[in-house]
Order: sequence, then C-alpha cells, then structure tokens
Amino acid sequence: MIIQALAFYLFAAVAVASGVMVISARNPVHSVLFLILAFFNSAGLFILIGAEFLAMILVVVYVGAVAVLFLFVVMMLDINFAEMREGFLQYLPIGALIGIILAAELILVFGSWVVSPEAAQVLTAPALPAGDLTNTHALGNIIYTEYIYLFQSAGLVLLVAMIGAIVLTLRHRPDVRRQKISDQVERKREDVIEIRDIPTGSGV
Amino acid sequence: MEELLLEYLPILIFLGLASGLSIAMVLASVIIGARKPDPEKNSAYECGFDAFDDARMKFDVRFYLVAILFIIFDLEVAFLFPWAISLSEIGVFGFWSMIVFLGILTVGFIYEWRKGALEWE
Repeated sequence: MIIQALAFYLFAAVAVASGVMVISARNPVHSVLFLILAFFNSAGLFILIGAEFLAMILVVVYVGAVAVLFLFVVMMLDINFAEMREGFLQYLPIGALIGIILAAELILVFGSWVVSPEAAQVLTAPALPAGDLTNTHALGNIIYTEYIYLFQSAGLVLLVAMIGAIVLTLRHRPDVRRQKISDQVERKREDVIEIRDIPTGSGV
Repeated sequence: MEELLLEYLPILIFLGLASGLSIAMVLASVIIGARKPDPEKNSAYECGFDAFDDARMKFDVRFYLVAILFIIFDLEVAFLFPWAISLSEIGVFGFWSMIVFLGILTVGFIYEWRKGALEWE
C-alpha cells in the first residue's frame, strides 16, 4: 500500500513537473520530449487506478504516434522561437487577465454543479466490473453493443480526419517520373525497335 | 485490484533500477572524471569548419501525412483488441458493429490508395 502511494506521488509529481517544462522549455523539441515524459507518467497513474488498457493505449497511441506527429509539426513550422518569445512578457497582463476570467468561469460552473441523485442508477455499466473480468474484456463487452452509436461516430471521425489530411497536404509533383509497371509490361518490340538496312560505308 | 498492481511491481522495480543506475553513472562521471577543457576542445567540430547554419530545417509535409495516416490505423487496431477478446459475448451484433466500423475506414483506405497518398514518388 505504501509503495502504491509512493508510486502515485512520484508519477504525479513528475507528470506535473514535465507539464510545466512543456510550456517553459526554450527549445520546442525539448517541449515535445517533456510531453512524452508526461504521457508516460500519466500511463503510470492510469495503471495505479487499475485502468491497464487505457494505460497501454496511452503509450501506444500518444507516445508512439501523436508525439511523433508533434515532432514533425514542430520541425515543419521552422519558426525562430527565441525571436518569437522576445515579446512574451509584453503580453503577460492581457494573458493573465484572460486566464483569470477563464478560471473564474470554471469555478462558477463547477461550484454550481450538482450531481443528480438519479445519476447513479442511470449508469449502465459499473466503473469496476465485478468478478475476474479484465479491463480490456470489460471495455469490449460494452463498446461495440451498448455504445454502438459512439463507436460508429468514432469511425466516421477517423474517416473525416483521413480524408482531411489527404486533401490538405497531398501534392503531386508534376516533374517527378514514376515507374508505371503496366506501361512497361505493355511495351511491344515493334513499338521501340526499328531495323534499318544501311549500305556499307554510308552511315545513318 | 491489488493483484493487478502486484503484476506491475517488477516493472516499477526495473524502472527504479534503470533510473538509479543511469543517474549513478552520470553523477560518477561528473564527480570523478578528469576534465581539462581548453578552447580547442570546446569548439564545434564539423569536418574542420564551423557549422553553416541552424540544424533545424523544414520537413516535407509528406512526413506529416504519413504520420497522421499511421495514427488513424493505429487507433483502428486499438479498437480491435477489446473486440477480439470479448467477441464470444457480444455476439453477432457486436461482430457486425465492428465490420461496419472497419468498412467505414476501408472507404478511407481505398480513397487514400486511389489518390496515391501511399506512394512516395
């Protein structure tokens, strides 16, 4: 139990510290690396509350794919960040004002939030399934049948993301010669070879 | 709950060992390593002359396209794991639910293939 508490405080502290470093690191590539550290620590926190599947998905999807995407985006921007940060302090008052307004709004919203007494009964699946069900099993039992509309809309969102990315970024260069295997196979001997009868000594 | 966390205890111990060992090695080399810096040792060495410019350069946007297509199919596979485990309990409805999901993404896959987004040129 004490190990669990220690691990929680370790993961939480490192996650918060790396979150701070994400927004305060000078080099944006370092920011992305700290983001990856934050993802790993959040995966540790997920494991501590018993959500193994989410922890593994966090590592596979966020660390394996999203962080790489962020690295590409950071590399693609090609902005001189040191130059951009020069006026950073100048905008501090207005940024702080907006932050305070947002925080006040959030406090107002959450302060007046009451969970209705019927909500507990409406929950269709308990958070922690009874018995020997593993995490992944418990998720699989409900995602595809009870939450089918959400599941299918997730598929549609992925489809939109795929088509959007292709439409936005796909450019075919006209000057690139590509290999067309069908053209190569179609080529006949008569189309490309011509036999001429040249008299000896006269040249072509 | 407790058994689940006990299964992860070896990973935690390994994590502690790995970070302890790496910190010890870095600290030991900082403390007992011999260092006699001079300007020539500290200067940049790149085949005999100074670096031309910033190491950061623009990446081609196609890397981004490949990465985002990878994420999408990664998520598709992530949805397959729980489905495969509990296929015997969710029955025919769950099976066809997943087939429809895969069909939607296959539409995108065919689009991407026909547009030539998978080719590198």
